[in-house]
Amino acid sequence: MTAPTTSAPTADQEPGRPGPKDTDDAFDHDRLPTPPGATALLLRSLLAPMRARVTVTTLLLLLQQAAVQAGPLLVAYAIDRAVPAFRDHDNGPLIAVGAGYLLCALASGGLQYAFILASARVNQDVLLDLRGRIFRHAQALSIDFHERYTSGRLISRSTTDVESLRELLSEGLQELVTVILSFLYISALLLWLDLGLGAVAVASFVPLYLLVRVYRQRAGRVYQKRSTAIAAVIVKFVETMNGIRPVRAFRREAANDADFAVLNKRHERVNGDALLEMARYVVGSRLVANAAVAGIVLWGAYRVAQDSLELGVLAAAVLYLRRLYDPIDRLGMFLNSYQSAAASLEKIAGLLAQTPTVPEPSVPRQLPALGSSDRPGREVVFEGVSFGYRTGGEVLPRFDLTLPAGQTVAVVGSTGAGKSTLAKLLARFYDPSGGRILLDGVDLRELAMPELRRGVVMVTQEAFLFSGTVAENIAIGRPDAGREEIERAAKAIGAHDFISALPDGYDTDVRKRGGRISAGQRQLVAFARALLADPAVLILDEATSSLDVPGERAVQRAMATVLRGRTAVVIAHRLSTVEIADRVLVMEHGRIVEDGTPAELVAGTGRFADLHRAWRDSLA
Amino acid sequence: MKTLLRLWPYVRPARARLFTAAFVAVLASCTGLVIPLVLKWMVDGPVADGDTAGVWLGALYLLLLGFAEALLFGLRRWLVARPLSHVEAEMRAGLYRHLQRLPVAFHDRWASGQLLSRATTDLMLLRMFLAFPLTFLLVNSVTILVGVIIMLLQDWALGLVILGPAIPVVVTCVIFEKRYAGVARLAQDQVGDLTTVVEESVLGIRIIKGFGRHRSQARAFRELSGTLRGTELRKAGLLATIWGVIVTLPEVAIGAALVLGCVQVADGELSAGTLVAFLSTALALRWPVDSIGFLLAMSQEAATATERYFEAMDEVPEQETCSSRAAGPHRPADGLRFHDVRFRYPDAPEDSPPVLDLIDLHIRPGESMALVGATGSGKTTLTALVPRLHELTSGRITLDGEDITAMPRQELRSRVAVAFEDPTLFSVSVGDNVLMGADERELDRALSVAQADFVHALPQGTDTQVGEQGLSLSGGQRQRLALARAVVGTPRFLVLDDPLSALDVHTEAAVEAALRDVLADTTALIVAHRPSTVQLADRVALLSGGRITAVGTHHELLRTNAEYAHLMSGSGDSGEGEDTR
Repeated sequence: MTAPTTSAPTADQEPGRPGPKDTDDAFDHDRLPTPPGATALLLRSLLAPMRARVTVTTLLLLLQQAAVQAGPLLVAYAIDRAVPAFRDHDNGPLIAVGAGYLLCALASGGLQYAFILASARVNQDVLLDLRGRIFRHAQALSIDFHERYTSGRLISRSTTDVESLRELLSEGLQELVTVILSFLYISALLLWLDLGLGAVAVASFVPLYLLVRVYRQRAGRVYQKRSTAIAAVIVKFVETMNGIRPVRAFRREAANDADFAVLNKRHERVNGDALLEMARYVVGSRLVANAAVAGIVLWGAYRVAQDSLELGVLAAAVLYLRRLYDPIDRLGMFLNSYQSAAASLEKIAGLLAQTPTVPEPSVPRQLPALGSSDRPGREVVFEGVSFGYRTGGEVLPRFDLTLPAGQTVAVVGSTGAGKSTLAKLLARFYDPSGGRILLDGVDLRELAMPELRRGVVMVTQEAFLFSGTVAENIAIGRPDAGREEIERAAKAIGAHDFISALPDGYDTDVRKRGGRISAGQRQLVAFARALLADPAVLILDEATSSLDVPGERAVQRAMATVLRGRTAVVIAHRLSTVEIADRVLVMEHGRIVEDGTPAELVAGTGRFADLHRAWRDSLA
Repeated sequence: MKTLLRLWPYVRPARARLFTAAFVAVLASCTGLVIPLVLKWMVDGPVADGDTAGVWLGALYLLLLGFAEALLFGLRRWLVARPLSHVEAEMRAGLYRHLQRLPVAFHDRWASGQLLSRATTDLMLLRMFLAFPLTFLLVNSVTILVGVIIMLLQDWALGLVILGPAIPVVVTCVIFEKRYAGVARLAQDQVGDLTTVVEESVLGIRIIKGFGRHRSQARAFRELSGTLRGTELRKAGLLATIWGVIVTLPEVAIGAALVLGCVQVADGELSAGTLVAFLSTALALRWPVDSIGFLLAMSQEAATATERYFEAMDEVPEQETCSSRAAGPHRPADGLRFHDVRFRYPDAPEDSPPVLDLIDLHIRPGESMALVGATGSGKTTLTALVPRLHELTSGRITLDGEDITAMPRQELRSRVAVAFEDPTLFSVSVGDNVLMGADERELDRALSVAQADFVHALPQGTDTQVGEQGLSLSGGQRQRLALARAVVGTPRFLVLDDPLSALDVHTEAAVEAALRDVLADTTALIVAHRPSTVQLADRVALLSGGRITAVGTHHELLRTNAEYAHLMSGSGDSGEGEDTR
């Protein structure tokens, strides 16, 4: 038996999937094009609503640092003033020092407490806002985006990338501000204590700054390599675990171990490089800092010996110096988290800069009220509709089509003929490139989402189950439905028996033990969902591919009874599905080549007649 | 915390470096503590005497000590950088190796995300723990001890004052650690829940959009992320308290020591140099004391990570039931036999009815047998038993008379090739996806059998990358690749799980034509829903109620078996279908 093959390469792609033609774009890489300045704009818009709280938080940190840095100053005062005064039986200054120190201690502790709480609130609110934005935006983006941007990338945008920003906010940023503030405070105090000593300390910042700059460049490169290396490890790992059945059945364990070892080794090496880079930085900065301390002590001590400097001032300077250079290591760590957070934020900004190609209407219209309950369907009109991807390549040339209310229309044709695209246009997963689609005279683009979904519902081939119970999964069709309605829908579709046989019946968690649900059963659940939604127009896109014939019959029965009078568009490979249709459309290369009742087409000499004969033969 | 001891076997190879590094770190910290002593010597000696040469000498000492400290800290990091990366990598490779060999039932239970977080975040936490808290808990304890001794030696009264807050700080730390561990674990779990919602909202996007449910999804997300925010704020509250205590108490003690010290200096009981040295020592101990809180928190997290790691590592991998076998006598071809096969999922309750109950079936050599049954009757489960992806509860399966449990799994799986219902592609080239390690010359034949010639039209032909990192293919295309994968290397036994469900009629017909040649001399078990697929097979077995209830040719069964006729053509209820047309 020779069947017409679908060898034409371009016709062999499922519409809506990236074909060879449009793969060479930004979607191939992890990075979406980020408009210049989008990252800064995002950051600003996240922080803008919290301006007042950010100011308060910064103020708290300013005060806290002031309290912390007052300590050595009090030491200097105690040694140079309070001790001589005490010798002269004047207790005042010493008591003042004691009280001052106590006050500083309490203030720095209390302010630290207040600051951590305040900054945590700001951080958490920024993260809450950002998480929500990514989530809502991803949900608002149209199906064609989701088809091109793999789920893994989208998930890592809202998990790992948000996480790296969280690390920066919760640890890094506070660190940076503390470091800068203490640098400023200490430099100012040192200059005030003694201009010369202070100047030497400030001068030591120059080599430190150069060191930080070099480290930033070198570490930046290493960290980029490291994140690429770990990403490769993650992909290999996840793929192996998700594809464990083929891995086992085709004995790939040893080969996988070897492949993984290469990736893992590469990550190990780059990881080591990053740690060594850090080690170099630590040595360099410590050397500069300790040399500066020695130099300042030398000069200070020399001057004390010559009586041109007071001992207390020297003591305070030394105490300050230790504090001055302490945070340098932490500055390195901050740079690390800053770099990874900046990269993440850029990726997030790129995602958020994507505009939904199927936007919600600004002034939504209502669908006209349905005439009566025995005519629950709606009329669908494709008016001069054409469709092509933005990257070029026309999928559906301009066509007109009217589906009267209540009609069941089957669409057949080979893979790539444009059937799914037709369905997705009607479900408004895409908007047409030209023309318009009317539902009872209203353009789909003018309908708000809830209104549209009361009108049109689509059931697809991939029957995904959300975590939760079976009942909850069916209730997605209509969240306010009661248990009785859910069971009625399941019964109508023939899913009640298998659901009742599950360990907890309708309350069985689909992700837990014993919740194994086969592909066919998942499709039945998907149907029950659609039945419960009770739309005016129902689209079934290969929705019965994993069902056996009785399952398919149950679906057909339900459509004939429960969904009687609804407008239905049924896309199927199987001609058994077509039998119940009032009308059949045969599509080829994006065009409707045959249109008529099943009987008319079978009697004719077209492609459908050929297909039908072959199918009848298989049953005989 | 005790679970951390389980890390020892992995750390062992790096132990020499690790211990040296800890020793070097102690040395470096103590060098830091000597610096105030040099200061004291300078203040009380050369500075008081106006001895400029002595001042130069003191500064030189300081410089040398400073260089030593810097180099020692660098040395510590250099010592552990590579070995610890290696420990991390080894643990990851070990986990990967182990997970690949765990029973499929384990993978059914565990989401890949859960396993991934063990292989990445948890292992990074452990490396950080080994590099930092482990060393520094030791180093800081030694530093604090030495520092306190130095201070006590200089002036025991002042030393005791400084020691004053030690007990309340330690008590606060202990209380904090317990509470923090609880809240931290809660936050981890909530992040996991949030991730699940994100994952599902992306994977189920067509359903959410198809039913216009994005508002309720967004609400669920908002609630969860709000809860997480609350938990994070509780964490922050705990952190704020501990920091407040850790900052305030030692600072108060230092203030008290300062006043007391000044009185003593004024009375001449203490030299000014000693006071300076004492205070700088006290300040040098600030970081070691402050850090104990977060070092303990990090250790706690590392302990949780270790626990999570070993949760997966403690699972028992598939055991070989036979000792390695010399090539046995050549057995006569006998095909594939199921003897009284019974199967219940290992995680199902003991008293639940088995999925498959006493299956008896013989597929003769070279014969292809279609397996037909209602939705959910256990067809896919039955196919998974042949390559031992699941273990039989009881009964036997034989290949050419040889029990499948009597041969090594590798050999069994080399004899039986499988095409799965859900075709998984890996992130390698299309060609490698089909070959799965087999000889490259097999590729073209396999592709043409599966009518997968479309791969030649891909941008880089058979070298085109597919999967998560490459080109995405349609369901029908993936299914054909999975089929091509199964026929590579002309295996003696083929198991095909509904291999044509996602193909359109034309392609299906073409695949069937090509597959017929392959099936002519292969022993095959083919799960089928459709008459067209069934017709590929020589005979059909009907699976019903966990048993094989009928075996025969398609036409025989259509005539004689009502259930089969019902499954194949929907007869028995077609009258109703006619009415409603």
